Amino acid sequence: MPRRAAKAFFRLAPIYLLVLPGLVLFLTWTLYPLVDAFIMSFFQWNPNPSGTSTFLGADNYGEALHDPIFWQAFGNVVWYTLGTVPAQMALGLGVAIMLNRKLAARGVFRVLFYLPVITSWVVVSFAFEFLFNSQGGLVDWFLGDVLHVTSDTQPWLGDLNLALPTLMIMGIWKGIGWNMVIFLAALQTVPREIYEAAAVDGAGALSQFRRITLPWLRPTIVFVSVILVIGAFGVFIPMFIMTGGGPEHATETLVTYGYTNAFSSGDFGYGAAVTYLFAAFVAVFAGIQLWLQWRKGDIS
Amino acid sequence: MIRTATTRAEALRARRRSWTMTAAIRSGALYGTLLVGTVVMLIPFVYMVGTSFLPNAYVLPMPPVLIPTHPTFDNYIAAWNTNQFGRAFLNSLEIAVASTAIGVGLSSALAFAFARYRFPGRNILFFGMLATLMVPSIVLIIPQFVLASHLHLVNSKLGLILVYAATNGTAFSVYLLRNAFAQLPQELLDAAAIDGCGVWRTFARIALPLVRPALSAAVIFAFLGNWDEFTWAYTSLNDPKLFTLPIAIEQYQVDNQTQWGIVFAACTIAVIPVIVVFLIFQRHFIQGISAGAIKG
Repeated sequence: MPRRAAKAFFRLAPIYLLVLPGLVLFLTWTLYPLVDAFIMSFFQWNPNPSGTSTFLGADNYGEALHDPIFWQAFGNVVWYTLGTVPAQMALGLGVAIMLNRKLAARGVFRVLFYLPVITSWVVVSFAFEFLFNSQGGLVDWFLGDVLHVTSDTQPWLGDLNLALPTLMIMGIWKGIGWNMVIFLAALQTVPREIYEAAAVDGAGALSQFRRITLPWLRPTIVFVSVILVIGAFGVFIPMFIMTGGGPEHATETLVTYGYTNAFSSGDFGYGAAVTYLFAAFVAVFAGIQLWLQWRKGDIS
Repeated sequence: MIRTATTRAEALRARRRSWTMTAAIRSGALYGTLLVGTVVMLIPFVYMVGTSFLPNAYVLPMPPVLIPTHPTFDNYIAAWNTNQFGRAFLNSLEIAVASTAIGVGLSSALAFAFARYRFPGRNILFFGMLATLMVPSIVLIIPQFVLASHLHLVNSKLGLILVYAATNGTAFSVYLLRNAFAQLPQELLDAAAIDGCGVWRTFARIALPLVRPALSAAVIFAFLGNWDEFTWAYTSLNDPKLFTLPIAIEQYQVDNQTQWGIVFAACTIAVIPVIVVFLIFQRHFIQGISAGAIKG
């Protein structure tokens, strides 16, 4: 028995040594913070290590659930998700279908549609702030002097009703390319023969799309929508940089609210509670989405 | 007889002509739609780059200028010299290279062990790592900041490098590389074992060179993510000497709201390496994303 244990040890030791460095680093910066944030969220937490933190029980959570700004941020995030996720999926799928045929310059189109995805949020945010600026921005000029649909400059990001939609336009613009690439890869797995058989049976382009393409893509659509919903719920940098969550919290998101509570107001416990509630929303939402699809038999 | 034959041939030709006509209209509409889409995708970039070559002025030209008639490099010179942009560029490069090397190196070791060996804890570790993909990274920022301040890793390059290596795309790299390692033939690893290669040598000498495509994809993802990262750098750095490009740009814009020319010169400087890396490796890159999505 000891010989066997020794043998197992010598077999496993190099494997664990291979795994250990990566694992330690990963757990230190993800699992530990995850647990730590949970603990923090029950305290009036003192960021100073020598200071004392007061245990509050679930008070931070109670406070958040009665905080009108928290719910406003929640509503904003839901609107942002509804406004950006279906639109970028539809547009990305549309571009993917167009690029899924033999086409001159297909590679060039693919690269150009993907450029916004690889460009940092910071740069994209400034580019859009400039596009939508009300002192001679391109969008105002195009709507006013070219299309004549507006007679005056709009405050876009400074307007209570326009700020969030403006940010949505940017989110859609930045996301189309990613959707396109994923859908393009999925479209390339559809066997050609199915389309050929359908064409022989007289199915037109539209019914081919509805009867063949969409059902084939359904698992991909589920995957993409889960990833996008998580992303949209966690939207942070554009609001943080362009509007700071304003005007009057019109573009506040759960993350900007949690972040500013921790790092601007110094209330780390409350910030942690807000981000934890946000993570819970995400988990519930993604869980429901996956469960519904699993019940339909799209994923195993 | 002859007559009917010619009319039939004519009818056929006419039908073919009308068919090629509709095909032409169709492909015209297709290219038209794609071109409009491309223009929409590109306008923010063109506007940004165009403005960076305009003489810096406080009043924007009306109508807006996309392509300046008298381009000037003044903004680039000013951006590079003020606000320590050159230093920020080098900081970004150093941090992105180091964290990518550490992150992908450790991920590939993890992925290899997950793919090729059975050991207690393997599944829970692998799926646990995958599950963290569902945790929005922003949730971790507050406790990471607290941890980093205990470890004296706030306001330090090492702090940035370690956090990026640990969290920026690491779980995704492990996933991508595990799939690649799993596809290697077992005989190859058996042969290596017979030749006396241990786990480590099999990994480094035999397996790693064989998964080069997946490895390139992981490297590119990690590098671009690290190069562009904003939130952690913004949260943990306060010494301007340590700023990375995204932070330097953000600070610059805050300090000089209306000097769009210089801000966009800086943005363009930051974007160019990303686009170059993407163009060189775009095949690997797109394969990598697709592999992650389709098998997932």
